[in-house]
Amino acid sequence: MDALLEAKDLTKVFGHRNNEVRAVDNVTFTLPKKTITAVVGESGSGKSTLARLVLGLLPITSGSITFDGKDVTRLGAHDRAVYWRDVQAVFQDPFAAFNQFFTVERLLNRSLKLVPDKAEGSARREEALGHVGFKVEDVIKKHPHELSGGQRQRIMIARALMMRPKLLVADEATSMLDASLRVNVLNVLTDLRDKLDTTVMIITHDIGQACYLADQMLVMEHGVMVEQGPTKEVVFNPQHRYTKQLLADVPKLHGDLGEVPVA
Amino acid sequence: MRFSSRFYFALSLVLLVLVFVIVGPLIWSVDPNASIGGLFDPPQGVGSLILGTDNEGQSVIANLANGARTSLLVGLIAGIVATTIGLTIGLIAGYAGGLTEEILMGMTNIALAIPSIVVVILLSVALPQRNMVTLALIIGITAWPWTARAVRAQATSVRTREHIEVAKMSGAGFWSILGWDVLPYLLSYVVMAFVLQVSGAILTESSLSMLGLGPSNIVSIGMMLNWALAWGAVRVGAWWAFIPPTVLLSLIAFSLLLLQSSLDEVFNPRLRRGKKIKPVAIPAGQATRQEDYISPHSDGAAVGASTLLSAEAALGNDNAGAFADTPVPQERGEH
Amino acid sequence: MAERLLEAIGLNAAYAGYDGREVQAVDNCSVYIDEGEILGVAGESGCGKSTLGAVLSLTTRPPLYVKSGTLRIDGKEQELGHGVKIPREWRGEVVSLLPQGALNSLSYTAKISSLVVDVMRAHDPSIKKDEALDRARDRMKAVGLPPRALDSYPHQLSGGMKQRVITIISTLLNPRLLIADEPTSALDVSSQRALVEMLREMLNQRIMAGVIFITHDLPLLKSISDRIAVMYAGQIVEVGAAETIAERPWHPYSAALLNAVLAPEPETLTKKVFAIQGSPPSLVAPPPGCRFHPRCGLEMDICSEKEPSPRGDHMRYSKCWWTQQNPTTPINLDDVLGFKAKIDDVRDESLVAAIDHVAGPVVTAEAPTKEVS
Repeated sequence: MDALLEAKDLTKVFGHRNNEVRAVDNVTFTLPKKTITAVVGESGSGKSTLARLVLGLLPITSGSITFDGKDVTRLGAHDRAVYWRDVQAVFQDPFAAFNQFFTVERLLNRSLKLVPDKAEGSARREEALGHVGFKVEDVIKKHPHELSGGQRQRIMIARALMMRPKLLVADEATSMLDASLRVNVLNVLTDLRDKLDTTVMIITHDIGQACYLADQMLVMEHGVMVEQGPTKEVVFNPQHRYTKQLLADVPKLHGDLGEVPVA
Repeated sequence: MRFSSRFYFALSLVLLVLVFVIVGPLIWSVDPNASIGGLFDPPQGVGSLILGTDNEGQSVIANLANGARTSLLVGLIAGIVATTIGLTIGLIAGYAGGLTEEILMGMTNIALAIPSIVVVILLSVALPQRNMVTLALIIGITAWPWTARAVRAQATSVRTREHIEVAKMSGAGFWSILGWDVLPYLLSYVVMAFVLQVSGAILTESSLSMLGLGPSNIVSIGMMLNWALAWGAVRVGAWWAFIPPTVLLSLIAFSLLLLQSSLDEVFNPRLRRGKKIKPVAIPAGQATRQEDYISPHSDGAAVGASTLLSAEAALGNDNAGAFADTPVPQERGEH
Repeated sequence: MAERLLEAIGLNAAYAGYDGREVQAVDNCSVYIDEGEILGVAGESGCGKSTLGAVLSLTTRPPLYVKSGTLRIDGKEQELGHGVKIPREWRGEVVSLLPQGALNSLSYTAKISSLVVDVMRAHDPSIKKDEALDRARDRMKAVGLPPRALDSYPHQLSGGMKQRVITIISTLLNPRLLIADEPTSALDVSSQRALVEMLREMLNQRIMAGVIFITHDLPLLKSISDRIAVMYAGQIVEVGAAETIAERPWHPYSAALLNAVLAPEPETLTKKVFAIQGSPPSLVAPPPGCRFHPRCGLEMDICSEKEPSPRGDHMRYSKCWWTQQNPTTPINLDDVLGFKAKIDDVRDESLVAAIDHVAGPVVTAEAPTKEVS
């Protein structure tokens, strides 16, 4: 399976000399096309920083990223705008991510600057909203405070889909949602992979969720990628001490704390 | 938006002043420059001598009403000028960051360090003709720095919010984000800053006029105080020549400041004190624990409550909580 | 046979809204807990579990008002309600609350030790500083925490350590019952585990006699609680032993919640999870009868007419008409999630078809719905 995105020795350092923090430390990984990859780690692991590096929201200290064959490590403002047609994101906080003064229509229309034809723009809106399970007239005139948390996240995904991106990065997209609302958002991500051939990269601290969604799993600890591989391997045959400890500490429905799950 | 009693009180004071300023000259319609009496005549009656006369025999009340109008207008114009400059500089500096911010803030800090009263005085002295508008402009041009700093601080905090990143990734440009994603979040703050600017400008104009640098052709409250001092009203004990202007000036400043502080409560829900007796005012979506998502900060100020917002039914269904079945059942089911 | 530690019967609490409207946040709930037991309270946001914690710990404040209820603990009985005065010793010494987000409320400029002294002095103004700190240090050592943490500033401690220290502080007055409201939501999994193990240790050492653990995280509850109470829309809909509820839930909502749990287990790799349709009801005017019925695929006529009476005894019961009438049939999740097009109570086939058309046939043959809310 060919790779959509390749990262080599990706590093991000904050601060100088004695105060420096290596938030991401020589991370190498590949995102194959049409897959869901989960980056799993606890707070301080650098997973959110990694997401922002991939998205081009933070400058990279060293290393390289190749997207679809092109080097996208250092992007000027114009190139970045082009990059953002292929790479989009959904963030954690379903309220903070919205401009509270905008209706859904306003939000979605912003992405239509590059689509001059009004009819096409309207068709894309309907399509994007449809992919996440909304009828246009139900939500188009609403403000964020009139929508529930789960609905807002799905609208955010719809916004991301307006550009028909090749890669969607979901940074803790469901951590602030209840378990039963979460499921809808997760299912949307799976559908994106299956029906729209989108590659998805999810960032999460919830290893169970990663287990449900992902084809490939990357485990991070203190900026270092300690383990990576197919989900089944990483979860049920972990090699690294940290992965084993993580799995043992997670409460499960069947079995006790302290047991590493076995397939 | 819920307005507190403090707000209504402040608003009524401001309106009172406005009514006096607009209607006053119509009631006491004597020309403020006309001599209608002797030197420092004490107050009598309810006509144009209700506050007596000043050093030139002019009606104090007429001067007061017209003067207050001047002061307010100067305050308003200066306030608009200062707020506009401060807002623009602060907004661009706060959002753009980097070198732009350094340069703009550097300019602001220099402007802030120069004692504005000195600049105002120098400019006033330098001008051949001082009318109301030029005075207002001078005051406005020297009063903007603190607004710029405050707005910049607010803009910097908005800059890091997620909706800005979302806007960038949607392809919005610099000015679009500035105007639609940053500015609306600052508006409440800017309104409050504007009120403070107006209040400050009125006081500055009064200080200038008291020093004799006021507008050369019309009366203002400060001018009245200047005359009172210069022509010995205090010495003579003609309290009606300087107490009323002072009181009115204080009232204007006080009511504007009170308005500003009560607006703070409107815009910032966390400051609201609420009523002590039930039912308590709850702003839409807050404090009902009806959030339908888990806030990691759990401070209860999150919005959610779509169910409460959409609840249209009146509180008819009272037995929803009532003392229906107790959960210690009589039947024993299978386990 | 364990002694009954606390009985709370018929608790009713509401938030007073504007216009005189009331949000009935806790509706006729009764809680029973034995000594040495950890009772878990599960539910999603807005179900009233935090409110229940506040009511039980006697820490309610306007706009939250307790309308009625009876608390029995250690042979003492206390009526609750508007205008009833709670004896001062109850709060903190009989029942202690560890509130949500407590670890964020530590003063940045004060050492932890000053909090300890404040807490002790609030209940016994004459206590000496050293005495208070010694007691705290002994407690910390007893559960295996480093006593020098008390002499640190909050920013010097990790999140997990802060939460554990605060838990110790909230039990310094030796309360009979500790109510912990989402103590682990902001913590990493390893800190979460450490806290959970510490609570168990504290129970073993009889520092307190019982714990009520409130969280939305079901697997966590199952790993720590002896019994679990599931709350929905202000009511307790099911109570039972943790293992029993996890294997054999007696309420469709519990079954759906359990199904939505995603843990790193083999089933997760292959299962497909769906959401419960609709959203939680308004507590200003909740639906008549069973509050879950508008979202429940197992709904029968009686469900919208009468509130279900409990089935079972007060340590293990559920409130559901369907399970009452089908006591031996396990709950089928497909039926609960209602794959017969329940959309806002309108059973309209053409509506389903229209929605499928716009939304796209996303699902496989056996599961034809998406959330429509």
